[in-house]
Amino acid sequence: MKKVIEASTAVALGVKLCEPGVIPMYPITPQTHIVERLADYINDGLLSSEMIHVESEHSAISAALGAEAMGVRTFTATASQGLALMHEILFVVAGMRLPVVMAVANRALSAPINIWNDHQDSISERDSGWIQLYVESAQEALDTIIQAYKIAENRKVLLPVMVCLDGFTLSHVYEPVDILKQEDVNKFLPQYNPLFKLDPKKPITMGPIGFPNTYMEFRKQTHDTMLDSINIIKDVNNQFKESFNRSYGNGLIETYKIEDANYAIAAMGTACSTTRVVVDELRKQGKKVGLIKIKSFRPFPKQEIISCCKNIKGIAVIDRNISLGNEGALYTELRSAFYNQNKKPIIKGFIAGLGGRDITPDHIKTAFKKIENSSDTEWLL
Amino acid sequence: MEKTIAGISTEEFFASGHRACAGCGVALAARHALKAAGKNTIVVTATSCLEVFSTPYPETSWRVPWIHGAFENAAAIASGIDRALKTLGKRKDTNLLVFGGDGGTFDIGLQALSGAAERDQNFCYVCLDNAAYMNTGIQRSGATPKYASTTTSPAGKIIHGKTEFKKPMPFIMAAHGAYVATANITFPLDFINKVKKGLAFDGPAYIQVYVPCPTGWKFANNLTIDIAKLAFETKITPLYEIEKGILTISRKPAKEIPVKEYLKLQGRFKHVTDDEIRDIQQHVNNEWKRLLELEKNKSRVC
Ligand SMILES: Cc1ncc(C[n+]2csc(CCOP(=O)(O)OP(=O)(O)O)c2C)c(N)n1
Ligand code: SF4
Ligand SMILES: [Mg+2]
Repeated sequence: MKKVIEASTAVALGVKLCEPGVIPMYPITPQTHIVERLADYINDGLLSSEMIHVESEHSAISAALGAEAMGVRTFTATASQGLALMHEILFVVAGMRLPVVMAVANRALSAPINIWNDHQDSISERDSGWIQLYVESAQEALDTIIQAYKIAENRKVLLPVMVCLDGFTLSHVYEPVDILKQEDVNKFLPQYNPLFKLDPKKPITMGPIGFPNTYMEFRKQTHDTMLDSINIIKDVNNQFKESFNRSYGNGLIETYKIEDANYAIAAMGTACSTTRVVVDELRKQGKKVGLIKIKSFRPFPKQEIISCCKNIKGIAVIDRNISLGNEGALYTELRSAFYNQNKKPIIKGFIAGLGGRDITPDHIKTAFKKIENSSDTEWLL
Repeated sequence: MEKTIAGISTEEFFASGHRACAGCGVALAARHALKAAGKNTIVVTATSCLEVFSTPYPETSWRVPWIHGAFENAAAIASGIDRALKTLGKRKDTNLLVFGGDGGTFDIGLQALSGAAERDQNFCYVCLDNAAYMNTGIQRSGATPKYASTTTSPAGKIIHGKTEFKKPMPFIMAAHGAYVATANITFPLDFINKVKKGLAFDGPAYIQVYVPCPTGWKFANNLTIDIAKLAFETKITPLYEIEKGILTISRKPAKEIPVKEYLKLQGRFKHVTDDEIRDIQQHVNNEWKRLLELEKNKSRVC
């Protein structure tokens, strides 16, 4: 059934279809519409989750940690300052291998305080051990929430997943969305059956102190699992396609007109939609251009990117974030991915769309134009 | 409720062999609280001495399911567990016991605890009050008594230890409508019964137990119980309960003992002057008088 709904509602409907037992929540723009819809569903008797109206995001993620440790499926959502406040506990959730799913309505970080979109909030959490999936449309947001639980709860993964959608630019936009049927989702996503949980019948100790003789092994295991999750993300994307006849590239990256392209834009989130329009326009002028949409920023799909760039001469990377004092994060990652390749494209970095500044078709055209002859990092102001 | 010590379970849920200092009051309190709670219990512990000395991976002292996440969020983790138990239909038959140090409770964890109490979440929170941040090396907390020397409030030539009295944490929790009790490891039966009551209470319960720390307070490690007992007898740490805002003193010292007797056994008060002892005594007298009045009037404490 297709309906025109806000992307935040699409996220909330995706969550509702997954029926989490506990939803700790704390408001922050532009995430609020998601939890407001969930509160509606609960108070109208359409969803039987326990909502915990916690007093901070730090407690939201901590309560999610506690509930998930009980073996109960959990959801929360946040953005910007809220995600930054969670920072400490994000690492704890990942280190304890608790498959929490969280939506992040991406927003700039203070100061100056700014409620509008960029990716600085989640990019700044890239080392926390959370899988990060960036979506481009309301439909993808709904579908990815459902996939996120299936990825996170896979016993070969057991890692938390962040589903990142551009604040306002996507979260507040209305689009036609195919809302999946509950019975179909139930078939795709079975009830959560935790490997470990807090249970007086079988006492375990969770969250002990790891001394120097064990700590590194814990970190390595988590890292290895993150790398292995690449295949599981692909699998889940394929299974989703089989069940619902829809998929997003290979689950990690999605390309557009890349096969015969000489030049490509690499981007995440809604900037990809703008790029598609520009690609079509430039193609009409005979230019062989394409798009590489990075959906999974963590794990970072190095091999997948390299293999789709065999004929690419140059890549312009659009970063909606900046590692102050260096460059955009995606730019760093892409250059690192190609470092050991014999044949590597020219890669240029562009900082764009910070704090809600629109990324326009002109910006994308400028980036394409400057692939060959710009300095390393340029700002598209 | 147990009437005599003979009624207390001989089963141990907190295994020996952990790494606490000899004479640690925290370890004793944890052991007794678990006896009160029994097998059907889930324990949350904040980062603290207790967490560190009881779980050096791959060893653990906990014979009940136990979880630690971080320092300031024990009450928030417990909030998630509380609601998870509810969705699982196991809320009624599972005890939820939380341990936080005084630093993790009075200071950095106060927001999470206040939020959980305001939401009427159902768990028994035991604050292990050793009156400083012991795990990080005896730094001052909001629970450190006035004039006590700590590594961040040292007894200097000009400033003599901590400059403020202790935060009235039990009253703050009483204002949230929680079941509140203070306890002392000298009186295990009283403590165990209060933990049982706290666990049975339908809503948040807060029990602040006084746990001397030989390492931080600088006394011989065979004196832990003596020091705890003197804290009670000198009225430094009165024993009381606050239920629905009404205060009852659990036990009154039989005779008057000046605070000096308590202070002089501990290195952390070695430097205090006679004037400073008078200030402490005055404060103790005033607080005791206030408690007696509250008990007599049977008016809500807040
Ligand atoms: C956010 C954060 N800040 C600081 C610390 C360092 N830290 C760990 S335990 C601790 C002291 C704990 O003191 P308390 O709660 O009184 O427990 P105790 O060890 O005294 O029993 C501190 C400061 C930490 N782990 N996390
Ligand atoms: S420092 Fe104090 S509280 Fe910590 S283990 Fe030693 S005696 Fe116990
Ligand atoms: Mg302490």
